[in-house]
Amino acid sequence: MKKFERLQGLVAPMDRANVDTDLIIPKQFLKSIKRTGFGPNLFDELRYLDEGYPGQDATSRPLNPDFVLNQPRYRGAQVLLARRNFGCGSSREHAPWALDDFGFCVVIAPSFADIFYNNSFKNGILLITLDEATVERLFQATEATEGYRLDIDLEGQRVITPSGEAFPFEVDAFRKHCLLEGLDDIGLTLEQSGAIRDFESRHRPSNPWLFRDA
Amino acid sequence: MASQTLYDKLWAQHLVTQRDDGSALIYIDRHLLHEVTSPQAFEGLRLAGRKPWRRDANLATPDHNVPTTLKERSAGNAGILDDVSRIQVETLDANCESFEIEEFRINDERQGIVHVVGPEQGATLPGMTVVCGDSHTATHGAFAALSHGIGTSEVEHVLATQCLIAQKMKNLQVRVEGKLGLGVTAKDIVLAIIGRIGTAGGTGYAIEFAGSAIRDLSMEGRMTICNMAIEAGARVGLVAVDDHTIDYLKGRPFAPTADQWPAAVEAWRDLVSDDDAHFDKIVELDAAEIEPQVTWGTSPEMVANVSARVPDPTDANDETVTQGMNRALEYMGLSAGQKITDIQLDKVFIGSCTNSRIEDLREAAKVAKGRKVATNIQLAMVVPGSGLVKRLAEAEGLDRIFVEAGFEWREPGCSMCLAMNADKLGAGERCASTSNRNFEGRQGYGGRTHLVSPAMAAAAAVEGHFVDVRDYDYDPGNNMGRADAGEMSA
Repeated sequence: MKKFERLQGLVAPMDRANVDTDLIIPKQFLKSIKRTGFGPNLFDELRYLDEGYPGQDATSRPLNPDFVLNQPRYRGAQVLLARRNFGCGSSREHAPWALDDFGFCVVIAPSFADIFYNNSFKNGILLITLDEATVERLFQATEATEGYRLDIDLEGQRVITPSGEAFPFEVDAFRKHCLLEGLDDIGLTLEQSGAIRDFESRHRPSNPWLFRDA
Repeated sequence: MASQTLYDKLWAQHLVTQRDDGSALIYIDRHLLHEVTSPQAFEGLRLAGRKPWRRDANLATPDHNVPTTLKERSAGNAGILDDVSRIQVETLDANCESFEIEEFRINDERQGIVHVVGPEQGATLPGMTVVCGDSHTATHGAFAALSHGIGTSEVEHVLATQCLIAQKMKNLQVRVEGKLGLGVTAKDIVLAIIGRIGTAGGTGYAIEFAGSAIRDLSMEGRMTICNMAIEAGARVGLVAVDDHTIDYLKGRPFAPTADQWPAAVEAWRDLVSDDDAHFDKIVELDAAEIEPQVTWGTSPEMVANVSARVPDPTDANDETVTQGMNRALEYMGLSAGQKITDIQLDKVFIGSCTNSRIEDLREAAKVAKGRKVATNIQLAMVVPGSGLVKRLAEAEGLDRIFVEAGFEWREPGCSMCLAMNADKLGAGERCASTSNRNFEGRQGYGGRTHLVSPAMAAAAAVEGHFVDVRDYDYDPGNNMGRADAGEMSA
């Protein structure tokens, strides 16, 4: 996983609550057996005027001019500003893969769905939870100011506005560490192989029916 | 020891290491796999030169992409006409073969929706941790198994380490007391719960469903409820062990052997919350007040009683909510104040990991028996949850009842719940569906989904619009029957 670096990211607003993972990446694109290439189909049903299918050339499709990410002022955005319960629905990791592939590395919202939250951090995407009132202010500032950027300081756990106002945020220490260092979870866990084997040696005698290889 | 909830017990029993930063390593007993969320995980293992930690903990079956028509199914994988779908199923087969993981392939009679297959095989047992790259893994919590959906990175992590990095959740008890009215089912209970607490109401919590109405439910009804815990935002839904749990499991292929059985039952009996256990939040519902439910919008929390009208967005006292309701009504082609029973339908789907088990099909068949699908319904389909459910339904003659009424009787799979195979809604088409999500585009681009119980879906097929099944002449069962384990053995 790539290391999360401090960034001054262009902000794009996604002004609706309960954005579900079907909306982030529709099911027809889940048929891919790869981890990459989902960016052109991020928010597919909102972004294009036609129905998308896997393998098509997205550059020739009719764009929905009303969709926020199609507006030139948000081109190159790295920070997505969203409303409550962002990422609800299915466990598809294709949702953070699509956000990442499109270029987003931060999502700010009042709340996130649990599985999406996990999946995003596994892919180097930082999710920042700020209270509703702060998020509302950021929406207003983003819409009012073309080229609005936020300074995302994970190390210091702060979102800093162009005027210098800083909003602190919470993130658990382990996730923060993994993001900053770009660490691979599996390698870390396998360092504890001994503890896992010890657990199995206690677990198996008391639950022999859970082991079918004996 | 301090009093514990069921969730606290399951967590403690699987804790490998607890880190100072609040995260923990928990051990995974059962890992279910399907074709959509596993290919990248297997690829990751291969690239890193890793092997599965414990092969026997894994069980796989293709379900999302499989066709449901007999013509296509009879050709096996070759019958999957969409190349991309076929490659995904073939990739699962190849990965299971090379990593030596047990798989029920496309035309194995034990194949089916992974959340139907696990319990019916006894591969889901009380006291287990169960994960799968699928958010509806919450289903398995009906067996007092700590079960939840994971992403593909976590699928790879579980394959490689038999563990998951997790944070302990908070405890939420949803208590449903009293007797359900006739014609009101487990599906209506869970939709009513979601309507009450909202789609984020359970975020960060493990929900334990308790109370006399839950105790009265069959295992299949409890699975329906736990299945949709995720639609209330909770990754985990749980029900405590009781006689229903134990009776259901006895004799199933993966269940404990006869000589292990007494010790297993003794251990499982402890899988209940202690009397004075602390819950961070408690929500109570009166079962007698629950009506058949119908969703009207594009989120499962947008749900109403069948006797009600489509709500008015201006009644919401929150601008974001009002905007969401307006957008939903526009997408759904409905207006505020419209009677739910006046909503005319184009298609009906009975199936999905929420409602495709034998009791669901029996309920729908009771309504359909001797009646005909209305002429305005272009397609009414029944998709059993597994090959074994299908066989049992056919042995009971349910397939003939459906076919005579004008329903299509299909082969098992996820089908039109999420429309990854050929079963989908066209733009603007309106469907009564026994599935779990009514999101925009979920059942097909531009499709409009109304979530209901199997009996409500069958009655809607017959009438062409929603009706209150409580006014219907049939013999309702309320998910209170019991499936016989012997019938489910392959």
